Amino acid sequence: MTLTPTLFASARAQLRRDLRLVWRRRGDAMQPMLFAVMVIALFPLALGAESRMLARIAPGVLWVAVLLAGLLTLDSLFRSDLEDGSLEQLLLSPVPLAWLIATRVAVHWMVTSLPLLLLTPLFAELLHLPGQLMTPLLYSLALGTPLLSLIGAVVAALTVGIRRSGMLLSVLALPLFLPVLVFGSGAVVAASQGLPWSGAIYLLAAGLALAVVLAPLAAATALRITLT
Amino acid sequence: MNHSPPNPTALLECRGLSFSRNEERIFGPLDFSLGEGEALQVLGGNGTGKTTLLRVLAGLLAADSGEVRFEQRVVDQGHLARGCAFLGHLQGHKGELSALENLRFTAVMQSSQIPPERALADVGLAGFEDNLARRLSAGQNKRLGLARLILSPARLWLLDEPYANLDLDGIALVNKLITGHVARNGAVLLTTHGAYAAPPVRVRTLELVA
Repeated sequence: MTLTPTLFASARAQLRRDLRLVWRRRGDAMQPMLFAVMVIALFPLALGAESRMLARIAPGVLWVAVLLAGLLTLDSLFRSDLEDGSLEQLLLSPVPLAWLIATRVAVHWMVTSLPLLLLTPLFAELLHLPGQLMTPLLYSLALGTPLLSLIGAVVAALTVGIRRSGMLLSVLALPLFLPVLVFGSGAVVAASQGLPWSGAIYLLAAGLALAVVLAPLAAATALRITLT
Repeated sequence: MNHSPPNPTALLECRGLSFSRNEERIFGPLDFSLGEGEALQVLGGNGTGKTTLLRVLAGLLAADSGEVRFEQRVVDQGHLARGCAFLGHLQGHKGELSALENLRFTAVMQSSQIPPERALADVGLAGFEDNLARRLSAGQNKRLGLARLILSPARLWLLDEPYANLDLDGIALVNKLITGHVARNGAVLLTTHGAYAAPPVRVRTLELVA
């Protein structure tokens, strides 16, 4: 009978390893954040500083910038592991693969979306977003970005076997990202018009609950298929 | 179908195992068994399916037909994966992490009782603990892979070309590890494309032809 590490211990080891890897390649890891910062900073410059118009497009701009920033690093989620054989070893480890993928997705979210989430008040100020919209915006981003990472992981797992799959990945991921974007920025737009916005937030929360359970399992199956 | 009773001491037993890719038979059907304390050397030229056979046995690929018994029980792909340690062509560790960091990760995942530092010393990498794996030579990376085997509690070792990239010392090291594992009633299945190196234990051979 082989011993298996507890799920907690294996997740902690994986988390430490992945975060250490991110730190060693921090230049690459910064890229999505810089991308989002650039997009958001360029809009006021391109459109002029008319605060009414900026305030109107602000929810959409913020959401699109965060979504595309997450998409940038999606392709690298499993690729380096596939290339150096770490993925084989993960598949052979006694810990369920879906659990390890869930940990990996958590790292992806922590590295790409969490810093943007923390910077959101600054971005909102830059785009003259009315103060009362901060709450729905933060709710929608906090629930929507992990959902994007989870959905993205399934697509990344499906395409990792294909070389230069960047374009395919985007084409496959974007339609799946659309509902998240619609509900996410929709909640903020509804709030700006004085309409109730909790419905969209609840839908995002329900989607997140579903994806937390199902996406790692789907990604694990996809990775097994990829390797064969 | 062959209905002879399973070999009582066999750790791994394959019946009619075959694998095809795009309707082209890669190997098989193969019948063989591997007992406790035994080493089986899979011989064959390039492209005869040695690596594929190992990947099927490791549970990384699904066989077309045939059954595999592990510890007397018929197992599926997922169960195979958890009972064996696999050393493949790819290094299987991160170039951006140091040798010791890589092994510490393996030690947790395999819940190993052996300290990673000792495993590193056992494969002759003492003093290289803090070197990033990508700065190590190909042979040293192979040794790091061998250290992973030491940490694994698996009874079945699947070694794909374990002698590749190694110097004479390294070959002796592989032989020492295999001898030790076999002496602890483990089983080893290894591939080589030539007979230039073989472990100094009772070895049976399985020859694959294209």
